[in-house]
Formats: sequence, C-alpha cells, structure tokens
Amino acid sequence: MTQKLVIIGAGMASGRVIEHLLDADPAAFDITLFNAEPRGNYNRIMLSPVLSGEKTYEDIVTHSDDWYAENGVTCRFGEHVVKIDRDRKVVVGQQGEVAYDKLIIATGSAPFVIPVQGRDLPGVITYRDLDDTNAMIEASEKGGKAVVIGGGLLGLEAAAGLQMRGMEVTVLHLTAHLMDRQLDEAAGYMLRRDLERRGITVMTRASTAAILGSDRVEGVMLEDSTGLQADLVVMAVGIRPETRLATDAGIEVARGIEVDARMRSSDADIYAVGECVEFDGQLFGLVAPLYDQAKVLAADLLGQDAAFVPKELSTKLKVTGCDLFSAGDFAEAEGREDIVFRDPARGVYKRLVLEGGRLVGAVMYGDTADSNWFFGLIRDGADVQDMRETLIFGPAYQGGGASDPLSAVAALPPEAEICGCNGVCKGAIVEAINGGATDLGAIRAVTKASASCGTCTGLVEQVLAVTLGDDFVLPTATPVCGCTDLTHEDVRRLIKSQELKSQPAVWQELGWKTPNGCHVCRPAINYYLLAEWPLEYADDPQSRFINERKHANIQKDGTYSVVPRMFGGMTTPAELRAIADAAEKYNVPTVHVTGGQRIDLLGVRGEDLPAIWADLNAAGMVSGHAYSKGLRTVKTCVGKDHCRFGTQDSTGLGIKLEKALWGSWTPHKVKLAVSGCPRNCAEATCKDIGVVCVDSGYQIGVAGAAGMDVKETERLADVATEQEVMDLTMAFMQLYRENAKYLDRPYKWVAKVGLDWVKEQVVEDEANRKALIERFLISQSVYQKDPWAELAQPKAAAAFSPIANLMQEAAE
Amino acid sequence: MSWIDIGHIDDVPLRGARMVKTPVGCIAVFRTAPEEIFAASNSCPHKGGPLSEGIVHGQKVTCPLHNWVFDLNTGQAQGADEGQIDVYPVRLDGGRILLDGASVGLRRAS
Ligand SMILES: Cc1cc2nc3c(=O)[nH]c(=O)nc-3n(C[C@H](O)[C@H](O)[C@H](O)COP(=O)(O)OP(=O)(O)OC[C@H]3O[C@@H](n4cnc5c(N)ncnc54)[C@H](O)[C@@H]3O)c2cc1C
Ligand code: FES
Repeated sequence: MTQKLVIIGAGMASGRVIEHLLDADPAAFDITLFNAEPRGNYNRIMLSPVLSGEKTYEDIVTHSDDWYAENGVTCRFGEHVVKIDRDRKVVVGQQGEVAYDKLIIATGSAPFVIPVQGRDLPGVITYRDLDDTNAMIEASEKGGKAVVIGGGLLGLEAAAGLQMRGMEVTVLHLTAHLMDRQLDEAAGYMLRRDLERRGITVMTRASTAAILGSDRVEGVMLEDSTGLQADLVVMAVGIRPETRLATDAGIEVARGIEVDARMRSSDADIYAVGECVEFDGQLFGLVAPLYDQAKVLAADLLGQDAAFVPKELSTKLKVTGCDLFSAGDFAEAEGREDIVFRDPARGVYKRLVLEGGRLVGAVMYGDTADSNWFFGLIRDGADVQDMRETLIFGPAYQGGGASDPLSAVAALPPEAEICGCNGVCKGAIVEAINGGATDLGAIRAVTKASASCGTCTGLVEQVLAVTLGDDFVLPTATPVCGCTDLTHEDVRRLIKSQELKSQPAVWQELGWKTPNGCHVCRPAINYYLLAEWPLEYADDPQSRFINERKHANIQKDGTYSVVPRMFGGMTTPAELRAIADAAEKYNVPTVHVTGGQRIDLLGVRGEDLPAIWADLNAAGMVSGHAYSKGLRTVKTCVGKDHCRFGTQDSTGLGIKLEKALWGSWTPHKVKLAVSGCPRNCAEATCKDIGVVCVDSGYQIGVAGAAGMDVKETERLADVATEQEVMDLTMAFMQLYRENAKYLDRPYKWVAKVGLDWVKEQVVEDEANRKALIERFLISQSVYQKDPWAELAQPKAAAAFSPIANLMQEAAE
Repeated sequence: MSWIDIGHIDDVPLRGARMVKTPVGCIAVFRTAPEEIFAASNSCPHKGGPLSEGIVHGQKVTCPLHNWVFDLNTGQAQGADEGQIDVYPVRLDGGRILLDGASVGLRRAS
C-alpha cells in the first residue's frame, strides 16, 4: 500500500533521500515536498562559484521541475510549513494542510545573525541561499565597499566572490586566525597572506560593535571604535539548526532535532535529516555526513536495517587559487605527534597528526594534491608506522624500500629541484660535490643552493650525505634552538629580507620544526620582529619571560620587586614620600637602594602590582624597567653645579639621556652613566655606554662590563656638545638593537663586529647616523610608554588575579 | 566527574595561562592553542616556580625560574630534568572552561 510521505525542506539532504527512495521502489511512497524557497533542490555548496561568476544557477540545479513531475513528487515550493499537528498527523502549510503517514523534517539551518544594532538595515545580507547570492551580485554591480563579518568557510567564499565582482572587500574575524575551526595557525597565516595578495583586507581579532547607517547600511563599527565604510555587509558568523517546527510540535530538540541512528526523532513516524539534526551530541555542517544520513533514512523507511555512523570529515575552501585541505582532528593532545613539512619557496605547508601509529588529522596549504590519499588513511584508520619517515611526502614515496629519509633524497632524479630560490637541482649539487665542494659553505659558493632563504639547507645536507657517504660530517653552526637549523644571524637577516612581520610568518617561511617555537626562540623572535618592524609588529607578551610580561622582577619566593624610575638618579621629597607611602600600604618588607641610583621595593605580592603601580603613577613616577632587556638606568654624579671638580652638567645630561632612551627594548639590558669629571664617581667606564665629562667636552665610551666579566669601555668618540652625545648614543643604541644577537650585551656584540665597524656606522658616516637616529625615534614613538599605566587599567589588571577562586566554593 | 565552570577561554591569553585557587593548591590553566586547554599544578617541583608565568609552547610549559620544561599531557619534566607536576581534567564547552571539581578537592559541582 502506498504511504503518504511528507517532506519539509527541499534541500541537499532530503534531495538525497528522495533519490534513494525512487531508486529502490518508485511506488512505495506518495511524496509531497514543501520548500520555503520558491524552487527545488539545488547544489547549495556551489553558490560560491555562482557568486564569483564562475557558474550560473542553471549549472547547479540538482532536481528540475521536469524531474519532480516525471517522478510524481507533489511540489509545494515557496510555501512555508507553519505547524506540525502530531495528533491529527497533518502538516500545515501556508496554503493548507497535508496528511502524512511518515514525515521528514529537513529544514537545514538558519544563518546566525549577531545581535548588534543595525543588523536589520537594508544592505546587510546573510549567506545561505540563492536569493542571498543574487542580492550580493546585485549589490556588487554598483561597486563600492563590502565588509564580510566572519572569516570562516562561508565568509571567505563570499569575500572572494565579491572581490572578483569588483568590490573592495574587508573580512572581519573574531579570533586570531582565519578558519580557526578547520586550520591551524600556520595554515591560517598562509591563507590570510594569499587573500591579502589578491587585495582582500583581513582584520583579525575584530569584534563588531554595531552596523551603522540611517536608510541603508553605511558602515561597521568595531569594539575598539575603528570605523569602516560599507555599502554591503555580509554576515557569515555561523549557523544554527532550523528546529522551530519540531520544538513547537513537542519533539525532542537539544541544539538540533535529536535523532537515533535510524534518523527517527522522538516521534517514531517523524524523521529528521540534514543540518537540522543532532545525533549523539553532534551537529553537521557539511554534506558528506548528510548523504550518509539520507541513505540510512531511506533504508529505514523501506524497512531495511541501517544505522548512521558519523565519519571523519574533510574541508576544502572553494576559492580559486587558495588550495587548502583539512581533515580529522589536528588538535594537539596526549600521545599525539606532529610531522610538519614546509616549503616556503612554493608556499606549501603540510602537517600530519599521528596517534598510536595512525594518522588522525591533516592540514595542508598550497599543495593539496595528495589530500585524498591522506584522508583515506585517516578514514580507514590505517597503520602508518612503517611509512612514518616518508609519510609526509605522499603516496609517491611509499611502497617498498627502506623507510629512511635519505633514501627519499637518494631516489630523487637529478633534475629534482632542491633550492627553490635559486633554482638549483639535485644534479647540479652532486656535480659540485664531485668537483670538490664537500661542505655546505662550498656548495653555497659554487651553486648558490641554500644561500638565499636557507630553508633547503637540510635537503642540501642530505644530498651531501647521500653523495659523500661516510665522508660527510655535519657542520656545527649553532642554531637558535632545536626548533630550527638557522642561526640568530640568519633569522635576523631573513626577517628583514623576506619582510616577515609576524611569528607565524617566521615559523612558516623559515621552516620551523615545532608548531610555535619554544622558550628559547620565542623571546628572541619576538624581539627581532619588534626591532625590525616597530610599526607593523605588535609585541607578544606571551613570548616574553615572566619579568618582562609582569613588568616586575620575580623573586625567589614568588613575590615581585617594584622599582620606579628616577631619571638621572634625581628624586624629590614628594616622590620619596609617595614611595614610602606605597611601601607601607602594601606591606613591603624590604626597601633597598640600588646600584643604579633608585629605590627597590622588594616583596610585593603579584595581585598587588596593578594597585601599587597606580599609586606610584599618581605621584608622577613611571616604571624603571628594572626587569627588562632594555634601558635600565643612567647613573650620574652631581656635576659642576655642586662638585668643585665637575666640568659639565653631568646630572642634566644624564636626565636628558634617560628621557630619550627609556622604554626602548634591546637585545639585552643596557646601563649608562655620566661622570662629571675624570675622577669618574658615576663609574662610567664600566657601563654599556659611559660618558665622562672633561673641560673640552665629552668622552663617549661603549662596550664596558661590570658583571661576570669586567671590562673597561672603549672610546667611541670625543665630542664637544651635549647634542653630539645624544646623537651618538641614540645611533649606537639603534645599531645595537638592529644587529646584536638576542641576549648579547653590547660588549659581546662589539667584540664580534669590531669597534671599527661600529665607529664607521655611527661616527664616520653621518648620513647613516641620521638614519639610525630616525629609526630609533620611530621605535620610541611606539615603545616609550609607561607599561605600568597600561597594566594598571582595570581590564589588564584583572589578569594579575586568579581566573577563579574555588576555595570559596569549598567553604560554602 | 563534576565539571566546574571557571571562566571563559578568552580570559586566558593564547599561549599563556591563568591561575585558579583550589583546595589542593594553586592550579594553572594553560591555553596552548586557540581552543586547547590544560590544567596542571602551578608549582614547579624544582624550586616552586610559578608555572602559570612560564612560556607556553606546543603542549609544554617552561618554568620561569630555571627553565625546566613540562609536558602538559603527562606532567612529566622533559629532557634531563626529573620531576612531575600533577595534571587535572579540564575541558572546553563552547567557550567555557570546565575543571573537574572532584580531582581538585571539591565534592560538589556548582
Ligand atoms: C555558500 C555555501 C557554501 C557551502 N559549501 C560547502 C562545501 O564546500 N562543502 C560542504 O560539505 N558543505 C558546504 N555547505 C553546507 C551545505 O550546503 C549544507 O550542509 C547542506 O546544504 C545542508 O543540507 P540540508 O538539506 O540539511 O539543508 P538545506 O540544503 O539548507 O535545505 C533546507 C531547506 O529547507 C527549507 N526550509 C526551512 N524551513 C522550512 C519550513 N518551515 N517550511 C518549508 N521549507 C523550509 C529551506 O528553505 C531550505 O531550502 C555550504 C553552504 C553554503 C550556504
Ligand atoms: S623552580 Fe622551576 S626550574 Fe627551578
């Protein structure tokens, strides 16, 4: 007997169900199909090519009107179902009722609209169906600016489409990297770079506060008060299952309509399928699992046994020119290990995640040719232990042979490219080796291989090893740390020459072996980036050692020390009074006068830091940076105003120097002193920079030391005026900032580069000196800010307290 | 397990940590990736360094005092150093961080 089957929603999931039913038994059901959209089933995922103009709507229709007619499906398109009456077993549409024996809810999802002011203005569009797509196409015909809210799959496809249609597009994304659900940071960075290359502006950590406009949309305002102009706003921030009918009918609904493995809801005659369902706590937003569900549902309707089992999913972005792939689970977790491959020259990143000898996740960018093979390994849970060493090179390198990375290199044909930058193939390197170039340096000199970006160094060494056999000894240039083979000098040079402006950029382009560095390289890279790109790079507190992050020195017992700045060692009764008050108020156990002529409050509790800073700020004092790899103090003696031997105003000059230099970050700490006469009461001759005043002017010495090593300064120059002292000091600071290895004090660095070179750069070449000073001042415009004042703000200060206190909980 | 909501993921900086006071002592909650979280004792077994103030990298943290490195999955010290910190069950639900109350000395979930 023919049963009456009613389906609500003519989307991708129900379309599949109908196909399966018709294939198995065309006469089994009398089907009525409702759809809110005034059309039948089309391939929704191809809306993006329609938007970009690469396809038309006709190209993506799955079931035409003729098809429905031929198969006897009664269509009620353009009609919303408004109610399900389970007692009478009828579905109520806008144009009338239909009775059912079996009912399928396939209503998909609705785009999520963030509840900000202005969301209802004309020109604000979500991205779900053909009407949305047509609205975007129409809006783009007038050109102008589009803002896409949401940097996930849908948002980026919308952005790329609108950009191809000639709009100026900005993408706003809430978190730090694009498509954060599907991609890791490295791939997110590459995607961003490619989108920016095609002219799309990407703003991350951008939270929308309001949509502006009177009659129609005119702009978007961000939480940080940035305003953006917009003629069109596309909201693509996520979807939620369309469950309203089910909820009203009293069917069980959690986040989606709850179904069992046969796709039945809590009412045995009502099925649900597609994005509107929740199975085992899981929601579905990609078509692959929906097709599995459709198959199960059709089988169950036909009285066959079937059960839905969610499988691993994979994602690709349908933006031409951005090849990315992600599958499985690539979060780091216990017992998991990563295999990472980066080829910066080709813009390729691949990361495989292994667990228990099996591949569980994969992220790829730039080269996704082998993605299906990897996805197969994930889905099948195949044992990959035997091919672990060569796994990342893909299927071409598998099958037989020793699982030795060298064998992969040995197997490369002579024309295989080894160095992408200089286009050097394996044959040329082998030839050079046979011609007598038996170490890396010689190969670089002869062939240029690995001489540019340097990331193929490992490969070149492998070619050396394969060709020379036992004669090959690995070179010993000391890399920054275990995360890379590059030296500090290499990294600095490459940050500059390749214009790397973020940590993920460094990790990717320079082929870091770990996902995000370690405690050795992170502070160094953070410093190199902020020194090279003061305006573009934002300092990362999480890459700093505790003292620099907390702007206080941690003590043995976990308390901190607080040292306000006293410029040139000068203070006032009011400042001293404020310091004394703070010491009493916060029960500071130890008050100490430092060797740098200021006062150290030792034993302050971490939670009290913001408050004590606020008090000291209120008395006009700023951080003394007694904790930083940066300018510490400028020590002075009283000079000619008071001292009968004094030749110049040494305190005045000291104050000027400290006012100019404070706040700057340097590779290691920097201490200065100015002595008023050669008796040298300020001990200027063992400082990083020391000035000794004499009758004729000033002697500037640099590269002294008085720590583990003790060393007298070397004379940089003798000058006549204070201004020259200021100029040479700033230029020297900047030269040190730009060139020294992280954690080298000036004396170590000068020993490496030679005082003569420093003099050439700073003293002799006047144009260069000016340029150095200019760059120093640019950096100071960003970094000469009192960190205490910033951290004492309520929002920042909260981070100094525990996130939660469960002791109260226990006491209740 | 009795999951206790201790805060939002965005209250913990990426590759950073925050501290939680509990009956079993201070616990550090680490955010190793945008949506990845670990909980472990805040105190380094070497000289008691505050681990929530260490540099967080991969799924590890480096003690700010003397650079001992701990794997946050197991609590094991890495490399040549020998020692272990306690680790606690913690998970994310939406943006909320849930810590297992039972394992930190609380009987009842809030
Ligand atoms: C632009 C875009 C790109 C995408 N790209 C991909 C991709 O690359 N890969 C991938 O796997 N997935 C992609 N998806 C997701 C994929 O399209 C969905 O997972 C899939 O369409 C969901 O199928 P469904 O049948 O559950 O819902 P839908 O296809 O949304 O169908 C639901 C239908 O129900 C109708 N309806 C809702 N309520 C009622 C009611 N009360 N009465 C009558 N009718 C109603 C709706 O109008 C709609 O036509 C993309 C989605 C979009 C929007
Ligand atoms: S206290 Fe942690 S390393 Fe010493």
